[in-house]
Amino acid sequence: MIHLSAAQMATKLADGETTSVALTHAHLERINAVDTDVHAFLFVDKDGALKQAAEVDAKRAAGEKLAPLAGVPLALKDVMTQKGIPTTAGSKILEGWRPPYDSTVVAKLKANDIVILGKTNMDEFAMGSSTENSAYGPTHNPWDLTRIPGGSGGGSSAALAAFEAPLAIGTDTGGSIRQPAAVTGTVGVKPTYGAVSRYGLIAFSSSLDQAGPCARTVLDAALLHEAIAGHDPKDSTSINAPVPQVVAAAKSGDVKGMKIGVVKELNGDGYQSGVRTRFEESLELLAAAGAEIVEVSAPNFEYALAAYYLIAPSECSSNLARFDAMRYGLRIGDVDGASAESVMNLTREIGFGREVKRRIILGTYALSSGYYDAYYGSAQKVRTLITQDFNRAFEKCDVMVSPTCPTTAFKIGEKSNDPIAMYLNDIATIPVNMAGIGGMSLPAGLAPEDGLPVGFQIMSPAMQDQRMYLVGAALEAALLSKWGAPLLSQVPALVGK
Amino acid sequence: MSSLSRDDVANLARLARIEMSEEELVSLSNEFTVILDAVARVQEVAGADVEPTSHPLPLRNVFRNDVVIPSLTPEEALSGAPAAEESRFRVPQILGEEA
Repeated sequence: MIHLSAAQMATKLADGETTSVALTHAHLERINAVDTDVHAFLFVDKDGALKQAAEVDAKRAAGEKLAPLAGVPLALKDVMTQKGIPTTAGSKILEGWRPPYDSTVVAKLKANDIVILGKTNMDEFAMGSSTENSAYGPTHNPWDLTRIPGGSGGGSSAALAAFEAPLAIGTDTGGSIRQPAAVTGTVGVKPTYGAVSRYGLIAFSSSLDQAGPCARTVLDAALLHEAIAGHDPKDSTSINAPVPQVVAAAKSGDVKGMKIGVVKELNGDGYQSGVRTRFEESLELLAAAGAEIVEVSAPNFEYALAAYYLIAPSECSSNLARFDAMRYGLRIGDVDGASAESVMNLTREIGFGREVKRRIILGTYALSSGYYDAYYGSAQKVRTLITQDFNRAFEKCDVMVSPTCPTTAFKIGEKSNDPIAMYLNDIATIPVNMAGIGGMSLPAGLAPEDGLPVGFQIMSPAMQDQRMYLVGAALEAALLSKWGAPLLSQVPALVGK
Repeated sequence: MSSLSRDDVANLARLARIEMSEEELVSLSNEFTVILDAVARVQEVAGADVEPTSHPLPLRNVFRNDVVIPSLTPEEALSGAPAAEESRFRVPQILGEEA
């Protein structure tokens, strides 16, 4: 039962072939069996999940009209607050904190009767591409436990690939939904900026952060997308417009006559050969499905990484000032006569990990008087140039595509001492965040040289998220008929090895 | 080539309210030489004629009606406090000894 898609589970629930309690039990057992090895979860809310499942079953038995995903379990990235449930954002500074309120995403999940299994591991404050920056130890990629599951949302992607949950929530500031999806053979969507409320999402970089759905199929992602998206008065940057019809798009998958723009700059040198092979093959399948493949150029994308590593640290240096040891979280050194400043200094020294400190210092520098124009100001101009590149390219095509990442999953520890090498993972995903548009990654197959998953990225203009679901569904269907079974049917068993 | 000395990093750490060991100050200052060279590339294309973008949405002054809605009780608001006293956050001494 745990190997079904979320949509199939929902159908079985609606038809009375199973119950949410049984489905939730099955996933809790799976977590119990494999999570010692995978370490996708930081907290499993067994009692809460079973209670929520029993409530959905009771509503269904009483004949209530339920939401499409009612009763289906989900894994929640630990960056989202859930009332009464430990929420750490992967940091020691929040160890043991239980938020007194629900994030809007959690409130919507509950309103949709989606069962929350627990909280998933992540790079501390979502800063990283491997989950190695979690203060609670790394998550392991179910395809090969010695490799990274991507980051920052590696717990969510690994939970999906290990069949510990059929759905998960991620957040994407520079690729933290899409890159983990790519390296685990799962589907991840970063909606248009402002499509999903940030209320209760622990902020990293406010102008880039965006929550979105993680799943094993394009349709499942679309169903979750519609469940969590929508205007929220509690987030002033939330878009006040109807949610795009992404479920209808995922069910249609009709790309006849659509123009698909291949980004010239996001390919070639620096991209692993198997990544390029699978990307080219996907383009052929989309052409065979009736789409027109065109080449587009985005000359300023090569500056996106540099601009990102100024803008995100600048915003984080400001956002993380709230962790001051006064109102919640860790407090160190509060002895008689100690000043508030020394308590703050010590708490932040002990509570933050190395990458978080590196970025706070970098951001503090980039915003400091005398350097502001040269660094932060210049990065903001690059952001304009990248948006202009997208606008020009979208005049020639309906969506843009590229490989999601330059390589497949690397070994745990391989890049942890080289920040620049680590940052390069996000070279193809960052432009989307800079412009605030939509981006999806879905599996394109395994790289022949290492047998690891490759991701295919689709980018759609702001507020046109349905377009990436159309293309994603078309490619998914073409690949499925070529393979005969979903890619994840090849993931190792993990149990009884 | 950009670089940050050990003392520069110490000053930034002080501004950011993070105590740092000597080892951390030195290794961060070494790393910053590489990182700053990489990020300084933004200056190659950031001409005077390019407008900066601070945010992807063209929003200005988002207002909502000033109505009372349920919010956290004092107990809930204080539930995560490292120390509380008389329905307030208890914090270490903020003013100097002489105050």
